[in-house]
Amino acid sequence: MTEASAKNLLALCLDTMETEQIHIRVNGRPVTVAAGTLLAVAIAQAGETSFRHSVRNESRGPLCGMGVCNECRVTVNGQLHIRSCLTPCEEGMDVRTQ
Amino acid sequence: MAEHHDIVIVGAGIVGAACAAECARAGLKVLVLDRGCVGGGATGSCMGHVVVMSDSEAQFALTSYSRRLWLELRPNLPPDVEYEICGTLWVAADEEEMAEVYRKHKFYSERGVRVELFDGAGVRAAEPNLRPGMAGGLRVVDDGVLYPPCAARFLLDRARENRAEVRLGVAVRELLAEGGVLLEDGSRISAGLSVNAAGAWSPSLTRGLPVRKRKGHLVITDRYPGFVHHQIVELGYLKSAHSMTADSVAFNVQPRKTGQLLVGSSRQFDAEGAEVEQPILSRMLQRAMEYMPGIGRLSAIRAWTGHRPATPDKLPIIGPSVESERIWMATGHEGLGITTSLGTARLLADLILGRKPEIPAEPYLPARLAAKMSHHD
Repeated sequence: MTEASAKNLLALCLDTMETEQIHIRVNGRPVTVAAGTLLAVAIAQAGETSFRHSVRNESRGPLCGMGVCNECRVTVNGQLHIRSCLTPCEEGMDVRTQ
Repeated sequence: MAEHHDIVIVGAGIVGAACAAECARAGLKVLVLDRGCVGGGATGSCMGHVVVMSDSEAQFALTSYSRRLWLELRPNLPPDVEYEICGTLWVAADEEEMAEVYRKHKFYSERGVRVELFDGAGVRAAEPNLRPGMAGGLRVVDDGVLYPPCAARFLLDRARENRAEVRLGVAVRELLAEGGVLLEDGSRISAGLSVNAAGAWSPSLTRGLPVRKRKGHLVITDRYPGFVHHQIVELGYLKSAHSMTADSVAFNVQPRKTGQLLVGSSRQFDAEGAEVEQPILSRMLQRAMEYMPGIGRLSAIRAWTGHRPATPDKLPIIGPSVESERIWMATGHEGLGITTSLGTARLLADLILGRKPEIPAEPYLPARLAAKMSHHD
């Protein structure tokens, strides 16, 4: 692969990312992200720092980023306890912090 | 001088704990021994369903008597026992099972147990997460659920308030015909009576006792408050749980006070190991999803197993043994030990003290199984 064609490929990828936008709502507020963005990132992008509250009502948020610690759980389309660090954004998702 | 107790109870599960509380309350000097911890057997691995059953008159007598005792005790229980009167909802998937609903409705009504009959729409209204198309169901209003390990600890605390002593990490080898027990370390503890309340492990203390380990699996989910409201049990359970041979699964789900769901159940003989077995766990969850499709979208936190102490006639063994009037039994409660622990304990204390029991003791006496015991040797 020549340097020129590699550049073209990168540009193509960037173009694709720029054109595929996903629209979700986080606690009712619209957020637009690139396709493939993880929910945890989108929620952070929306300005939320508290993803859920513990049993004793302490704020919690993503820690491990790989689905193990369960601290990033949010409610997605009414379904409780979805790990946002493992879940890609999908068009129209209604996301609520817990 | 060697120590002496009126009664030494082997097993600190719910049954041993209840017996200790009852005997100590009656003024007996009680010692409780367990090789492990409080509630280390079925007590710590079961659902904690407090339920009135209707499979036989004897089963009804003990479960309804015991549930009454639980309801009487309820105001005194600490919050961590989490005794919730959620009711049992028996669900019928088809007309054949609906016939069982009508039978149960009649059986309970005639005996003064509060029940409500539901048609298919009624069941759906009561539990919207059940799949549509159920034939109907029966709600047993005053049934409930509790957290058994804390209940066992509470009962032992009560026993201690009446001078009982509890020693954990003490392994018993044998109950002695002359009274008391022989420990694994070779020492003896003398007592007027000994009681085998070792549940699934009771045959290791009493040779030939017809108690078999019946393995069960359970799953607990994350918190989903309001997903179910009752302890829901399929009536197909009656067909499967009664088989003494094949491995079986049944839909049985319970709401915990935390909003978590306990999902069961499975029954296996000849499976002594504690490991979670994927094939039967899958069958069990598949069954749960057939009844409640949304369960498949919930996250499970943990799966585990336990062993029930099963008897051939599905009744517990309560009373003096056939070998010695100084060796007593309080075991073989299979899947009903949480419910029947209090009735068992009251019955045992009545028999020991020569008081008249409130319900007939004969169906549960060890002597009924004597013929079978000799075959097992």
